[in-house]
Amino acid sequence: MKIKKFLLVLFFYVLAFANSYSIEPDVFVQSTVNRASNVLSQDISKQEKINKLKSIAKETVDITGVGFYSLGSARKNLDQNQLNKYSELFESYFLKSFSSRLSEYTNPEIEVQSKKVLNKNYTIVNSLLVGTSERPEVKIDWRIYTKDPDNLLIRDLIIEGLSLARTQKEEFSSILNSNNGDINSLFKKLEEFSKN
Amino acid sequence: MFKKLTLIATIIFFSAFNANAGSDGELILKKNQPGEIKDCFETINRATFAFNQALDGILLQPVASAYRILPSPVKTGVSNSLDNLSTLVTIPNNILQGDLKKAGVNSGRFVINTTIGILGFIDVAQHLGFPEYEKEDYGQSLATMGVGPGCYLVLPVLGPSTVRDASASIVNFIGGDAWYNVTVTNDTQHFSDFDYYASKVTSGIDFRAKNYDAIENLEKNSIDFYASVKSLYLQDRQQKILNTNKIIETQDDSDWEEIETQ
Repeated sequence: MKIKKFLLVLFFYVLAFANSYSIEPDVFVQSTVNRASNVLSQDISKQEKINKLKSIAKETVDITGVGFYSLGSARKNLDQNQLNKYSELFESYFLKSFSSRLSEYTNPEIEVQSKKVLNKNYTIVNSLLVGTSERPEVKIDWRIYTKDPDNLLIRDLIIEGLSLARTQKEEFSSILNSNNGDINSLFKKLEEFSKN
Repeated sequence: MFKKLTLIATIIFFSAFNANAGSDGELILKKNQPGEIKDCFETINRATFAFNQALDGILLQPVASAYRILPSPVKTGVSNSLDNLSTLVTIPNNILQGDLKKAGVNSGRFVINTTIGILGFIDVAQHLGFPEYEKEDYGQSLATMGVGPGCYLVLPVLGPSTVRDASASIVNFIGGDAWYNVTVTNDTQHFSDFDYYASKVTSGIDFRAKNYDAIENLEKNSIDFYASVKSLYLQDRQQKILNTNKIIETQDDSDWEEIETQ
């Protein structure tokens, strides 16, 4: 009898423990925003803020996925070595660009408002960057990759309907088109950006 | 006058003719996909873009920077007044797009804001519960009638556009904008050319000031600023044509699904 009770308790414990890792996309966004907001409101140097924001981005953004999306159809022509090099360069570029953009804000207040499940892989979370006397309120939607419910990841930010990933993709496409599709021209631009 | 009317009628007929071929929402969406719009004049466009950037650095940016210091109620009032003037172009375009209800709502908005709202300075209509204002122009009307955007264009001073949108804006100067008619075209006692051009310059400064940080940030973090601006402009136009800012209505998800198979 005792064993049965023990097993029952253990079963519910395991069940509860397993569920504790799955969070809803809107809760995930609010939690991520709160973490970033906390960093931005701290009385630390800009460089320290950038480092902390980079570490949050590494945990919560699917940098590799965003990178492949940004490369568009050009990724099909790359060999494994080129793909690895691209992923490495893109990560440096992305983290620098992302943290630099965010570090300009001081204590941004973002309210998560609703969500829409698109399919098993994606949910769009709708939020609002609260307006101040300096700037009007801004609608921000988040494309959350939900394939692994225990490891939700951000794949795109859509600001007032304008997708940052899509902009990135068209920027890369423009560089490739201007250089006859030569991937090395893109590598060079990414390297230069990360070094400066 | 007869010539002008004939020209407007020709444009409307031309647009309506195209509507038969492509008034379907999906077709409009496809035609206006940023990735589908060709940059036929890229070399000239990039040169014009560089010229505009230089002009921005010398003139617009410093003025916008100073404008931002003004008290918020003043900036909101100026922005409201400019929006109020733009309803004079929006209303005929609501009609051209067959949206008579919106034309009625916007006419009511214009009358209320111009009178009680002191020449549009206060958006009284919004306080009375009018729906959110959406600007419309002749380029958007042509797009909803099925006319494709043509090539991407960068106009000196005015900035990004497309062949369709730049051509359609001519309608503003041949009778399609009541504000232009009472200031520039007709010699009225109340307004002069200066009022029209001052409103256009203020509109540019207001836009630059509202997007000051976003533009600076984008420039700093872009590896090809020209391509970023082009993409953002075309995405914005696509949304305005479809009257939506929901990404699921303007972006094909297959792009994202494709990377699953990598």
